[in-house]
Amino acid sequence: MKDTALVTQGGKRAPVIPPGLLQQVLAFGSLIVLVLVFSLASGNFFQFSNIVGILLSTAVIGVLALGSTFVIITGGIDLSVGTVMTLSAVMTGVFITFWGLPVPLGLLGGILTGALCGMVSGVAIAKMKIPPFIATLAMMMIAKGLALVISGTKPIYFTDHPAFGEIALGSLLASLIPGFAIPNAVLVFFAVAIIGAIVLSRTIIGRYNLAIGSNEEATRLSGVNVTFWKIVIYTMTGLFTGLAGILMASRLNSAQPALGMGYELEAIAAVVIGGTSLSGGKGTIVGTVIGALIMSVLTNGLRILSVPQEWQTVVVGFVIVLAVYADILRRRKHAA
Amino acid sequence: MDEAEEALVRMEGIEKHFAGVHALKDCRFELLAGEVHGLVGENGAGKSTLMKVLTGVYRPNAGIIRIDGRDVQLSDPKAAQALGIGMIHQELNLAPDLTVAQNIFIGREPRRGFGLFLDDKTMNERTRELLAGMNLDIDPRSQVAGLTVAKQQMVEIVKAISLDSKVLIMDEPTAALSDAEIEELFVVIERLRGQGVGIVYISHRMAELQRICDRITVMRDGQYMDTVKIGEVTVDRIIAMMVGRELYQADKSAHAGAHADIVLEVKGLRRGRALRNIDLQLRRGEILGIAGLVGAGRTELARAIFGADPIDGGELYIRGRRIAIRSPHQAVLHGVGYLSEDRKQYGCLLDMDVKTNVAIASMPRYAQAGWMKDAEIERRASLVVDQLRVKTPSIHQPIKFLSGGNQQKAIIGKWLTRDCDILIFDEPTRGIDIGAKGEIYKLLDQLAAEGKSIIMISSELPEILRLSHRILVMCEGRITGELTNDGSVTQESIMHYATRRIG
Repeated sequence: MKDTALVTQGGKRAPVIPPGLLQQVLAFGSLIVLVLVFSLASGNFFQFSNIVGILLSTAVIGVLALGSTFVIITGGIDLSVGTVMTLSAVMTGVFITFWGLPVPLGLLGGILTGALCGMVSGVAIAKMKIPPFIATLAMMMIAKGLALVISGTKPIYFTDHPAFGEIALGSLLASLIPGFAIPNAVLVFFAVAIIGAIVLSRTIIGRYNLAIGSNEEATRLSGVNVTFWKIVIYTMTGLFTGLAGILMASRLNSAQPALGMGYELEAIAAVVIGGTSLSGGKGTIVGTVIGALIMSVLTNGLRILSVPQEWQTVVVGFVIVLAVYADILRRRKHAA
Repeated sequence: MDEAEEALVRMEGIEKHFAGVHALKDCRFELLAGEVHGLVGENGAGKSTLMKVLTGVYRPNAGIIRIDGRDVQLSDPKAAQALGIGMIHQELNLAPDLTVAQNIFIGREPRRGFGLFLDDKTMNERTRELLAGMNLDIDPRSQVAGLTVAKQQMVEIVKAISLDSKVLIMDEPTAALSDAEIEELFVVIERLRGQGVGIVYISHRMAELQRICDRITVMRDGQYMDTVKIGEVTVDRIIAMMVGRELYQADKSAHAGAHADIVLEVKGLRRGRALRNIDLQLRRGEILGIAGLVGAGRTELARAIFGADPIDGGELYIRGRRIAIRSPHQAVLHGVGYLSEDRKQYGCLLDMDVKTNVAIASMPRYAQAGWMKDAEIERRASLVVDQLRVKTPSIHQPIKFLSGGNQQKAIIGKWLTRDCDILIFDEPTRGIDIGAKGEIYKLLDQLAAEGKSIIMISSELPEILRLSHRILVMCEGRITGELTNDGSVTQESIMHYATRRIG
C-alpha cells in the first residue's frame, strides 16, 4: 500500500511541519554549517571579497538552476540549458557585434533565443509527446551545434562595446553605496530569484506548474490545457536560460561557443540539493537558491583549503547523494 | 466452531500506536483452517492495520499472535511468509511484462547447468501443475499484461499457494471483477477451503460476504466489535455494527419525469472495439445509470464524452448545439465534468491541499492577469467544505489525508465550483465506506434535484437501482437495454441485458 495510507489509517493527521519547509530548513542549516566550517578552517574564507566572489560564481549557474526548477517541478527535465545558454550568448554576440544592433536590443535577442529553444523543447514534449529527457537531449545537441556553426567555432568578443561587460561585472550598488561593490550579476541573480518565487507561488503559471507535477493526468482531466501550459513552462525555463547566457557572455566579455556542456548537470544538482523532487510536484525557489549557494560555497571553500579541483568534484558528488538521501530518510520517517 | 479446535490464527489484545494515534485497541481475531472469515469495517476502522500486523508489516505495541497454537513474533513480512501467511492485495503485485510462470517463480526460479541458467521447461511444467490443481485454464507462458484482471488475481492466488500459504488474506478481491469472474473466484475459494486453507476476506460487499463467508468479524474505529456466524445475523445488523447509524434511503418518486429538456445527446459514438455506435440522451435533472459488466465499455463511454480519449466517429450535442469535444479542456468549457473511478490517479492532486483541488478546474476565474486571488479561492473552498460537509481539519490540508468519501466530496466540489451542470460519475462510491456512501447518494440526489444532469456508471446494481431515474445497460461496447426505473426493474433484468452479447 502507498505510504500515504498509513497516515490515513491512524487518524487522518497531516504532519505539523510541511515536508518542503523542513527540507529548506535542513538545506539552509547545511549552508550555514558549511560557511562556519570554512570560516574556522581558513581566515581567508569569510572575507568580503571572497563572499562576493562566491556570489558572483553562483550567479550564472544560479539563474540556470532557477529556470530548471520550473521544469523539474512538472516532473520533467531540461538537459539543454547548458548549451542553449551558450547559443544565447553567441546570438547576443551576433546581434551586437556582427549586426551592430544596440546593446539592449542584442540582450533582448539573446534572451528570446533561449525562450525560443525552450518553446521548441516544450512543443516536442507537450505536443509530440517525446519524453523530456530525449527531447531536451536533442535540443542540447542542436544548440551546441548551432552555437559552433553560427560563431564559426570562434569566440565572439565584445571588446568594442565596453558597456557590455558592465552588465555582469559593473556594480550599480557601488554607485549608490560607495564601497559596497557587489557586481550586477549577483543582483540579477537575486532579482530573478524573487521574480521566480513570485511566479511559482502567486501566479496561475506556478499553480498549474505544481498541479501538473503533482498529477498531470488529473490536472488534464480537470479541464486544464496541460499541453499549452507545459509549453509555457519550458519557454519560461528557456527565458531564464537566455538570461544566464547574457550574464555568462558579459562576465567573460565574450561568447565562448565551446563552453556550456555540463552546466545543465550542475544546475540540476543545485535544484535537487535545494529539495525539489525529480518526480515532480514539490519544489521551491528558495531551495534552489540555497542549493546553488551550497555548491559554490563548497567549491570555493575547498579551493581555499587547497583541495585539488578533481577532488572538489568528487565532494560535490557525495553532497548530492547526501542531500537526496536525507530527503528520502525524512520522507520515510514521515510515512511510518 | 468447536472451542477445543486449535485455531489456525489467533490474535489477542493487539495494540498499535502511530505517533500518538491509537490505531488498534485491544483487537482480536481468530481464523480456523478451512474457514472463510469476512473482515468488515469502514475505511479507517483498522482492518488493514490489523492485517498488516498479521503479515509482519507492522509490529504491534502489545498483544499475542498464535499460529497453529504456537506464539510467534512476526518481525517482518518474510517471517510471516515463512509461517504460511500470504496476502492478495487489492492492487496486484505482478510484473506485467513477465509470463505467468515467471511471475509465480519470481526470485526462486528453477535453475540448471550448475545454477547458471534458468530452467524454463521445469518452471512452466510446475506452473502448469499448479494451475491444473486449481482447475485454471491459463497458459504458463502467456504474458501477464495480456490477462484479464480476474486471471491476474488467480495468478496471484496460485503464487501464494505455491509458497505453501495456509492463511490467505484477500483485500477487496472482487473490486475489479465482473459477476462472472466473481463466480470463478468463489469456485477457487471453495477449493482452497476444501484444502484447509484459512481465508480472510476483506470486503464492503455484503451480498458476497453472506455468500462466501463462514464467520464475519466487525471492526470500528480501531476496535474489535464482534465476530458473528453468517446466517445468525442480518446484513442490517452487521452494517449497524460497522457504522453505528442508519443508512440513507432515497425516494425516487420525486423525479420530474421524462419531459425535461435534453441537455446532452450522443449519436453514433464509435471507438475501436470499445464503443460501437452508442446513442444516448440525458435530460435536465436526471440521473442516468449506466450498468454493465467490467469491460462492457462504460468507462470508455464516459471518457469519450469527456474528450479524454480520441474517438473514431459520432456526434455530440449539448443543449441542442452540435459540438466537437477533443479534449477534457473543451468538455469543461461546455460544462461537462468527469469524476473518475480512480480518484487517486485521475481525480485528486494528492499532494496538494483541499483548496487547490477544489479550485483546479476554475483557476482562470481566480486569476487576474495571471495573479492568483487566493483569498477568493479560500472563501470558495470553505463554502464547498461547509455545504458538502467535507470532513477535513482545514482547507489547507493535503487531500491525501482525507478519507475516500471526503476526497470524493471535494472532487464534486471542484466541478460545482466550475459550474458544470453535466456530471459524469464513474463508480462514485468505489473505495468509500458504507457510512459515507449514504452521504454521496444524498448528494447525487440533491444535485439532480437542483437541475444538474448526471450520468452514473456503477458496478453495484443496488446502487444503480437506488439512484437512477433511467438505466442504460451496456455489453461489449453496445447499449443493449434501456430501462425506466419505475420500480419494476430488478437486478436480474439488468443482468439479462448486461450479458446480451450481439455478434
